[in-house]
Amino acid sequence: MRSWIRASGMTEPTVSGPERVAAVLLPGAPQIARGGSPLAWVVLGVWLGMLLVVATRFGRLVEAMSGPWDSRLAVFTVVGSLAACVAWSWRSLAAPTGPAEGVSQWGLALRAFLKNRAALFGLGIIVGFYLLALITPVIAPHDPDVQFDLVRERLVSMSAKHPLGTDHLARDVLSRLLYGARISLTIGFVAVAISVSVGTLLGSIAGFFGGIVDTVIMRFVDMMISFPRLILLITIIALFDASIFLIIAILGLTLWPSTARLVRSEVLSLREREFIQAAEALGYPRARIIVRHLIPNALGPVIVAATLGIGNTIVLEAGLSFLGLGVQPPTASWGTMVADGRNELINAWWLATFPGLAIVFTVLAFNVVGDGLRDALDPRLRR
Amino acid sequence: MRKYVLRRLAGAIPLVLGIATLVFVLVRLAPGDPVMLQVPPGASPDVIDQMRTNLGLDQPLPVQYARWLARTARGDLGVSFRLNRPVRDIIHDTLPNTLILSGAALALAFLVGIAVGTVQAVRQYSVMDSVLSVVLLFFYSMPSFWLALMLVLVMSLFARNAWDWPIWFPASGMRSVDASSMTPFGAFLDRLWHLVLPTLSLALVLTAGIARYMRTSMLEVIRQDYVRTATAKGLSRSAVVFKHALRNALLPIVTLVGLYMPYLFSGAVFIEYVFAWPGMGRTLVEAALNRDYPLVVGGSLYFAAIVVAANLVADLLYAVVDPRIRYD
Repeated sequence: MRSWIRASGMTEPTVSGPERVAAVLLPGAPQIARGGSPLAWVVLGVWLGMLLVVATRFGRLVEAMSGPWDSRLAVFTVVGSLAACVAWSWRSLAAPTGPAEGVSQWGLALRAFLKNRAALFGLGIIVGFYLLALITPVIAPHDPDVQFDLVRERLVSMSAKHPLGTDHLARDVLSRLLYGARISLTIGFVAVAISVSVGTLLGSIAGFFGGIVDTVIMRFVDMMISFPRLILLITIIALFDASIFLIIAILGLTLWPSTARLVRSEVLSLREREFIQAAEALGYPRARIIVRHLIPNALGPVIVAATLGIGNTIVLEAGLSFLGLGVQPPTASWGTMVADGRNELINAWWLATFPGLAIVFTVLAFNVVGDGLRDALDPRLRR
Repeated sequence: MRKYVLRRLAGAIPLVLGIATLVFVLVRLAPGDPVMLQVPPGASPDVIDQMRTNLGLDQPLPVQYARWLARTARGDLGVSFRLNRPVRDIIHDTLPNTLILSGAALALAFLVGIAVGTVQAVRQYSVMDSVLSVVLLFFYSMPSFWLALMLVLVMSLFARNAWDWPIWFPASGMRSVDASSMTPFGAFLDRLWHLVLPTLSLALVLTAGIARYMRTSMLEVIRQDYVRTATAKGLSRSAVVFKHALRNALLPIVTLVGLYMPYLFSGAVFIEYVFAWPGMGRTLVEAALNRDYPLVVGGSLYFAAIVVAANLVADLLYAVVDPRIRYD
C-alpha cells in the first residue's frame, strides 16, 4: 500500500482479476457491481452507445477518416470516448476510498456532486447530447439540407427511412435535429464562455479596486440588467444583420453583467479575509492577487451561474431563431425547426414537438446539474 | 420613508438615461444610412441633402444626441416606416393588450405558485412533494413559445378537429369575428375565452419559478421558533400555516414581482407572436423583422422604462411590507 494513502486514513481496495477484465470489456460494470458512484452508469451508457455506433456505422467511420475536419473529429470522438471509458473504469477500480483528510475543497465538492443522482442524470444527458452533436457526421441518416421527393416524401410521418418524419420541404427531421444540436449547443457554450470571462474579470476588478472604477462598472451593469435581455437582443438584431457570429457575440455580451455582479459581491466579502490581507502584506502585485487568490475562491457561484446560463442561453437562442431573428434558414437549429413546425402544426405535429423536447431535456439537464453544483460547492449545503 | 422613496426615485433617473444613451449609441453604430431608407430609390443628391437636414443628421453628434434625448423625453419617438403612424400612437394602442395578458399571467402564476410551494413545504419529502418538484422542473425548463404551441396543438387543434372534445380554446386573436354583435357580457366572456391559452402558456413557466422559491421560503419560516410556539399552544395546522407562517413566507416573494418583470415581458413577446395577440411584443418582433427602426427603438425604450418602474415599485413595496428593512 502506498504510504500517502495510509497516512491520509484511506484504504486501497484490492482489485480482482474478473474486475480488471470487466473494466476493459464493460467499463462501469465493475463499479456498478461494487455499488459505487452512479457516474458508472453514465460511463457504461457512453461505452454501449459508442459500441453501437461502431457496430452499425463501421463503413462510414472508415470513410469519415478521409473526409472533412468535422468528420475526422467525429471519428476521434468515438475512439476517444471508448478509450476514456476504459481508462476511467480501470483507474477508479484501484482508486483509494474511505474518509479523506487531505482532500481539497474542490475534491470534497466533487465527491458531493458524484453522490447526487439527479445531477448525474442531468450530466448524463448533457454528455450524451454533446457527444451526439460531435459524432453527427457519422450517425446522421441523411444530409440535413437535402430535399427528398417533394410530392411523395413531404411531411411524412415516422418511418424506417425517416425515423422522425420529414418537414414541409421534405427534409429529414432526425438529421436536422442532430445538426441543429451542433448549432444550439455550440452557441450556448461559447456565449456563456464569453460572458463568464468578461463578467469574472470586470466583476473582480470592480470588487477589488472599489471607488470610481467600481461605480462606473456597476452602474453600467445595473443598466444592462434592468434592460430586458430579449428586448435588447431584438433591438440589436434589428439594427445589425443577423448571423451566427453576431448571435453568439450579443448573447455573450448581454449575459456578463449578472456574472459581474455575482463575482463582485463574492470578491467584496473575500477581500476582507485574512489570506487576501496576507497576500497584500507580502507585497504581491494586485494583478497576481486578483488572478491567483481572488478569482479561484470566487469561482464556485460563477460555475453554478454559468451552468444555469448555458440552459437559459440555449432557450434564448431557440426563441430568437423561432421569431426569425436568430439562426437563418436553411441552417438547422432547434428554434428554427420549431418555427417550421408551427406552420404545419395540424398536419405534422412531430415537426414542432421533437426539437422542442430536445430543448426541454437539454435545459432540464443544465438546470439539474446547476442545482447539483450549487449544493456541492456550498459547504453549508453539503451533507 | 419619504427620504428612501426619493432616493430610489433619484437612482432610477440615471438608469433610464443610461438605457436611452445605450439605445442611441446602438442606433448610431448600426450599418446603413437612415436617410437612404426613407428617400425613394434614385433620389437626387439635393433631395438626400434636404432629407439629411430635415432629420438633423447634418449636426454634430452631441447636438443630435441632445435633440434626440429632448424629443424622447417629450414622448416623441418618431414615425414608424412601415405603418406610417407615430410610434407613440402604435404603442398606446398595443400596450394595454400586453398589460392585460401579462397581468393575467402574473396573477395566475403567483396564485398557483404560492399554493403549490406552500403545499410542497408543508408536506416536505412526501410523494406529492417529489412529484410536484419534477413537474415544476419540467415547466421551469420549457421555452414558453414551445409550451404555447403544444397547448394550441392539444387544447385547440386536436381538441376541436380530431378528438371532438366538448371544450376547446381559440388558437389566435383576442376576440371572435362576431364579437361586435355580442352583448357586453358575452363579449367579456369571449375575451376571457381567448385569454385562456396565452395566459396559461405565459404563466406556467413563471409558476414553476415562483413555486420553487415559495417552497424554500416556507421551509425556512416553518422551522422558526414562533411557528413551533404556535403549534405547541395547540393551534390547528391550517391556522399555523395560513395565519402565522404564510405571511412571513410571502415577504421574499414580493421582490419576485420586480425580478420576474423582464421574464414576463420576454415571455409576452413570444406568446403574442404565437397567438397573434395584438400587443407590444408582437409589434416589436414584426418591426424588427421589417427593419422598422423607429418602432423597434421606441418599443424597446418603453419596455425598459416599464421594467425599471416595476422594479422600483417592487422595492418600495418590499420596504412597506417588511418592517425589518431600514430606510436610511
